[in-house]
Amino acid sequence: MDPHELEKLQSLARRIRCHIVELLVEAKSGHPGGSLSGVEYGVSLYFHVLKHDPKNASWEGRDRVIWSRGHVGPLIFSLLAEAGYFPVEELMTFRKLGTRLQGHPTTRCPGIEVGTGSLGQGLSISCGLAKAFKMDEAPNRVYCMMGDGEMQEGAVWEAIMFAGHCKLDNLCAVIDWNNLQIDGQVESVIGLEPLIDKFRAFRWNPIPVDGHDIGQLVEAYETAAKTKGQPTVILARTVKGKGVSFMENQAGWHGIAPTVEQGRQALLELGPSEEELIHGMP
Amino acid sequence: MTIKAKPTRDGYGDALVELGQRDERIVVLGADLTDSTRANRFADKFPERFIECGIAEANAMNIASGLSMAGKIPFVSTYAVFVVGRALDQIRTTVCYSSLNVKIAGAHGGISVGADGATHQALEDVATLRTIPHITVIVPCDYQETRKAILWAAEHQGPVYVRFGREPVPMVTDEDTPFVCGKANLVNDGSDVTIINNGPVLKECLDAVEMLKGEGISARLLNMHTVKPIDREAIVKAARETGAIVTVEEHQVMGGFGSAVAEVVVQEAPVPMRFIGIQDRFGESGEPDELFVAFGLKATDIAGAVREVLAAKKGR
Repeated sequence: MDPHELEKLQSLARRIRCHIVELLVEAKSGHPGGSLSGVEYGVSLYFHVLKHDPKNASWEGRDRVIWSRGHVGPLIFSLLAEAGYFPVEELMTFRKLGTRLQGHPTTRCPGIEVGTGSLGQGLSISCGLAKAFKMDEAPNRVYCMMGDGEMQEGAVWEAIMFAGHCKLDNLCAVIDWNNLQIDGQVESVIGLEPLIDKFRAFRWNPIPVDGHDIGQLVEAYETAAKTKGQPTVILARTVKGKGVSFMENQAGWHGIAPTVEQGRQALLELGPSEEELIHGMP
Repeated sequence: MTIKAKPTRDGYGDALVELGQRDERIVVLGADLTDSTRANRFADKFPERFIECGIAEANAMNIASGLSMAGKIPFVSTYAVFVVGRALDQIRTTVCYSSLNVKIAGAHGGISVGADGATHQALEDVATLRTIPHITVIVPCDYQETRKAILWAAEHQGPVYVRFGREPVPMVTDEDTPFVCGKANLVNDGSDVTIINNGPVLKECLDAVEMLKGEGISARLLNMHTVKPIDREAIVKAARETGAIVTVEEHQVMGGFGSAVAEVVVQEAPVPMRFIGIQDRFGESGEPDELFVAFGLKATDIAGAVREVLAAKKGR
């Protein structure tokens, strides 16, 4: 990948992390761990791969992104704001009464295709979209952003079976494989392994990558787009809380917001320039 | 007089074929019950627009969500027990919260499913679904009303649930009977009491009206196919003009159609009420008519409830 482009995406990733921290401090609640782990695959998708038009969110030719892991609002909304769906300043309304940026995303927010937040539903929705595009011979692609913990939901496996059976090669799922859920390590709660083999057995094309390596992620998205006769799953090995030392690999940072002091410490680590902050240093 | 009978599910299958011919956007989803829901009639004619989802109702519901988001008009066909039993979260949090244009067809509603017994007799679907914002809930009384409800659902933008049954029921309405969502039809006018029917028990209500006529009781009969939005106007008018109401449904009386009527009555025009329906029990195996007797859904039961409610009215 072009080094100049890579640098641009990496810098955007840092800015998105700063937004996540800043808006969580302001909201006083929300989900930092899984938001920070998903920054690189989110940035790669929205700013390098996706066909979309933030000024015309309902453009028919757009690819569809379904955020099955709807709890990562801080990540989703930061990506959408940076892409130009709404002003970055609006991020500071997250979770407040009357906001378009609800605790879990809804169609009130431009760029959100469907409300999500109850885990295990997004892949079925994505299958329906992908099936419709196949029936219409339309070129649109469908991306389903999932967590590893939600793979414990039974309906996810119904959808995995359906997508493999129907050869939905216009569908690409991304799994944030950080191996942490609220109750602890995914492998000790209810283990998923051998996950790559499971996907193969269900007639999918699994691509394991380093989920913080933008080059690998872009390549995986491109491979998915070229794959025929099978849906692709990008298994993104990530670190929950990535980029903020005291949040990394801590299940406890799944669903609580940093205090002002913790937020300041996090931002000092991330090192934003003055204009990258929405309201300035907390 | 004998009235010709046909299962309401046939109205579903035939309406789907009509819709399929006139609108390319119509797609139908099956969950291994394609013949029994009568979705096979559509599947045979339009195989490229029929999507088999297998025994996976929760997945089927959200495949419909995705299809609707791409401009299709999907009808999900399965048994009513599985609609609310397996796919409720999908209906609540995806279909209804985002107001998606998904049509849900719940077959085998009520105890008239018969021999299969309680596991397959949906008795709580209406109560459950009517508490969810954005959805329309319809329980047609016969073949034609089901057909018309399905044709209406396809025109309407937003989630719709239509419940129908397995067994043939008398065809009380005909092609020309008006169907307006949210508006009850006056079947028989009367001044002493109003019987408000929801669903395929209408013939029993008609028989009850005849029985009561012989006793000098003038009963109004309303057929109210739409549970949500409920026809407040007709209910209030009935309460004010007749002073007593009996509701009839093939469903648990707790939270169902009768409760929806009572919510209007107690707020706007309190009058004595009685509720014909399933009284907090599971269903059982048996012939549909035997079950109607056992569970108190016959014309004699309805007439009995009328006499009770009239005594209460008199005692006020």
